[in-house]
Amino acid sequence: MIKIESLGLKKIEGPILMLEKNADVKYDEVVRVFDEKRNSQIGKVLSVNEKSVVVQVFGNTSGLTIKDTSVEFLGIPMTIPVGRDMLGRVFNGLGEPFDGLPQIFTGDYRDVNGAALNPYIREYPRDFIQTGISVIDGLTTLIRGQKLPIFSGNGLPHNVLAAQIARQATLKNATEEFTVVFAGMGVKYDVAKYFIDNFERSGVLSNVVMYLSLADAPSVERLLTPRAALTAAEYLAYDLGMHVLVIMTDMTNYCEALREVSTTRGQIPSRKGYPGYLYSDLASLYERAGRIKNKKGSITQIPILSMPNDDITHPIPDLTGYITEGQIVLERELFQKNVYPPVAGLPSLSRLMKDGIGEGMTREDHKDVSSQLFACYAKVKEIRALASVIGEEELSDLDRKYLDFGNDFENKFLSQGYEENRTIEATLDLAWELLKTLPESELYRINNKYIQKYLHEKG
Amino acid sequence: MSDVVKGIVVDIDGPIVKAINMNTAGMLDVVYVGEKSLVGEIIKLDRGKATIQIYEENSMMGIGDEVVSHKRPLSVLLGPGLLEGIYDGIQRPLMELSRTGGNFLLPGVKADPISFDKKWKFVPIAKKGDLVSAGTKIGYVDETALVRHFIMIPPDTKSGKIDYISGEEDKTVLETVAKLDNGAEIKMAHYWSVRKPRPYKERLSMNRPLITGQRVIDMFFPIARGGTAAIPGGFGTGKTMTQHALAKWSDADIIVYIGCGERGNEMTDVLNEFPHLIDPKSKQPLMKRTILIANTSNMPVAAREVSIYTGVTIAEYFRDMGYNVAIMADSTSRWAEALRELSGRLEEMPAEEGFPAYLPTRLAEFYERAGLIRTANDEEGSISIIGAVSPPGGDFSEPVTQHTKRFIRCFWALDKSLANARHYPSISWLDSYSEYNDEIKEYWNGVDADILNVRAEAMTILKREERLAQIVKLVGPDSLPDSQRLILLVADLLKKGYLQQSAFDEVDMYSTPKKQSLLLKVIMNFYWSSENTLKLGTPLIKIRELGLVDEIAKLKSTVSNDNTEELENYIFKIKDKFDELMKFYKV
Repeated sequence: MIKIESLGLKKIEGPILMLEKNADVKYDEVVRVFDEKRNSQIGKVLSVNEKSVVVQVFGNTSGLTIKDTSVEFLGIPMTIPVGRDMLGRVFNGLGEPFDGLPQIFTGDYRDVNGAALNPYIREYPRDFIQTGISVIDGLTTLIRGQKLPIFSGNGLPHNVLAAQIARQATLKNATEEFTVVFAGMGVKYDVAKYFIDNFERSGVLSNVVMYLSLADAPSVERLLTPRAALTAAEYLAYDLGMHVLVIMTDMTNYCEALREVSTTRGQIPSRKGYPGYLYSDLASLYERAGRIKNKKGSITQIPILSMPNDDITHPIPDLTGYITEGQIVLERELFQKNVYPPVAGLPSLSRLMKDGIGEGMTREDHKDVSSQLFACYAKVKEIRALASVIGEEELSDLDRKYLDFGNDFENKFLSQGYEENRTIEATLDLAWELLKTLPESELYRINNKYIQKYLHEKG
Repeated sequence: MSDVVKGIVVDIDGPIVKAINMNTAGMLDVVYVGEKSLVGEIIKLDRGKATIQIYEENSMMGIGDEVVSHKRPLSVLLGPGLLEGIYDGIQRPLMELSRTGGNFLLPGVKADPISFDKKWKFVPIAKKGDLVSAGTKIGYVDETALVRHFIMIPPDTKSGKIDYISGEEDKTVLETVAKLDNGAEIKMAHYWSVRKPRPYKERLSMNRPLITGQRVIDMFFPIARGGTAAIPGGFGTGKTMTQHALAKWSDADIIVYIGCGERGNEMTDVLNEFPHLIDPKSKQPLMKRTILIANTSNMPVAAREVSIYTGVTIAEYFRDMGYNVAIMADSTSRWAEALRELSGRLEEMPAEEGFPAYLPTRLAEFYERAGLIRTANDEEGSISIIGAVSPPGGDFSEPVTQHTKRFIRCFWALDKSLANARHYPSISWLDSYSEYNDEIKEYWNGVDADILNVRAEAMTILKREERLAQIVKLVGPDSLPDSQRLILLVADLLKKGYLQQSAFDEVDMYSTPKKQSLLLKVIMNFYWSSENTLKLGTPLIKIRELGLVDEIAKLKSTVSNDNTEELENYIFKIKDKFDELMKFYKV
């Protein structure tokens, strides 16, 4: 490998350096930037032409001088070391050890950008993951190899929910454990600590790899953090055959960093100042979830993002929703009613659910029951809107039954404890308990044979 | 003048690369860049400096890398072997690449779009001495059990007499099957530029619907064969599910499904499902008439831009054989975003929301490639384009939706609140429209003489319900008179028992036009009888007690397409039940 060192820095603007081109430079290659005391940091080439090179530094440019800064071109794309020893370790966003221990010993370095998976070689995900949380298992089922984000707001318990999923996630009738890869982008130390403690308490810490770029780390480091984490996840899944659950929090911070770099480079912004390629960029992360034919492992992604001002039409949740296979939306109103997990029933969705539930996978009545619950809860919302205008007294008997159903749905079905782990059968039985309170003619989405079996024979 | 131009890379900014010494290269020519010979296309020429968009991941490309052009535009290879294939945006065969290139799409891997080795049984239909011109069919290959693939004289060939034509013989696509007296050698496959529409004789006016088996579409907002439609909707409203349903059940001969900047797993879903779905008419797997173009969101953005042209060019090729082709483009917004991204890198002046000013022109060019035409062989062929649009935040006032609306004539607006209540297909009956209703009315008259009037009345009920719903929101349903509550009841029945259609229910997933019209008549007969009975003073509660409503709501999944006489009988049943009820109230 030829290393070329270059002086000739022309301009420093935030994390972006402009230098004269006086060496053979490749697009996207990694550079090492040295200040006058020979302290170094990592960067990469963003664009290059005959005269100049634009470099983005994944660190802090404060203190760099035009005269004494030198840049070394490494001639390779950005890589991280991978190996079985990653398990149980904590790294920073660049893949360097963050827990005081030495770098893992391996000769295997992987390009963090990954490559697009050939769509033909993908295996369609259809294995049901039981999270033990009724609203997720019952209504927005998580499937192994899915990317299912949590859309949250500031102050909502998304971290608690993510931790509970990570702790309880299991395949039905299987003992295989999930390996967790955690990417923290711009999160506070206490958030990271919460997850570490949680994993420690449930005794899975030795099965967790963490990539942390804390809130005080340079913002551009966040651009690499999820890529490093996903590269590690791909290694664990496809090389070692593990089932990997990747938790990425908070995607909003990642997008902010992307906007920062784009603005500094003077690129033409699209919505709300985010770059036009935000969709493609997010897709290059989310699409790394999945399964491969003839490979044992899988990557399931749970990205967490906080919706600015709880606005689901904001570009970040909006574009995310277009890429991911559904979303779990947390609702402030439910949270204020003291419902945990405050998952909004209607806007939440799991696109892969249809092929992962039903007979042989969960239970035969699952599809109909979930569809019926959605329909009934939608009706509840309508009736509540009506009741707030005309008053509950004016409602018909049926409408009042719906209101009771709505309250039960929120307090019994949605609500559960942080440690409570319900089986899918318990979840569905609970659903029947609720549906029982409505007249049978209202259960129009459920096949008669299930009504016979679960309503009459069982009850 | 040499046929090869060689230049040197001088500037790299993401997928946009500039090269010098490109004086003799042509606009839109294909180039190969660097050691890995990554595929690119010249999109701008400024004296000897060419701006190139690269269709593959170009990390580690360097200044000084060689650029080679063979002075040929970006083309697709058209010939037997296309069907059942899955391609990326520049027609690289993904199945073949998975065998030779591994699980990931690495830059620089190459494979022939259709097999050069496979032998097809060529059957001639022209004979020696026949005068042939561009587009004339000279033979065929039975490519799949569903599709006879005709071999035509390529469009840019001069007309002449056939000097030689092969007999019934197994040939590869590169072997000559005919020679003309002007020296032209005809092979089974030929290249055609993706950005140049293929010629045809003339455009015809449309007169037949593309039957999709989806009741809300066929009955209320039909698309004609050769028509254009858009499906806009925010995420989670079921665009892709609707597109899949159309790809499965529409009565086109060929389906080209373009997954443009969408999810990888969705393409896998199609690949897994289609071989197992059986065409209701021919009893053959639907995959045998399908071609997939998959340029998922994480694949290079420039190839996403070109993917819809690749798809439409393949569609035109089959149209020229006299087939009805339907294109599903999912999603045109991702394509527009690719345009925006590339335009930004070219530092062009942006128009609305950063999209380039030529966005509407490009959209128009694309949708204009749809149509019903007369082919060179005096047959009819058509391309219908159904484009999904993904407006940011579900807001239809954004540029892509707005410009698309100018060029399509059928608008299936997906509604978030319907999707939230899991009412699929979530096509809003209030915001959607179709301009084809008039052109294809003869067809529906042929199915049932008065179905068009029945449909109009059903539509009126849905519109009236919308207004009543506003009142109900204020005062509650109990304060309405029975006649208006009947409207609410019937509208609800129309929604649950007609407009809503389950893609997973064996019986309900596809409705023939016959079943569609009868089912609508069942519901409307119930309405007419109820209305008459109410006029006699019967309270609505008595009508509810007949127990018909729940039954009618479930007819869609209890009566199969082959047993439509059950629906006819049901109309009599309604009449009987009401006659009985009326006995009490008649004086």
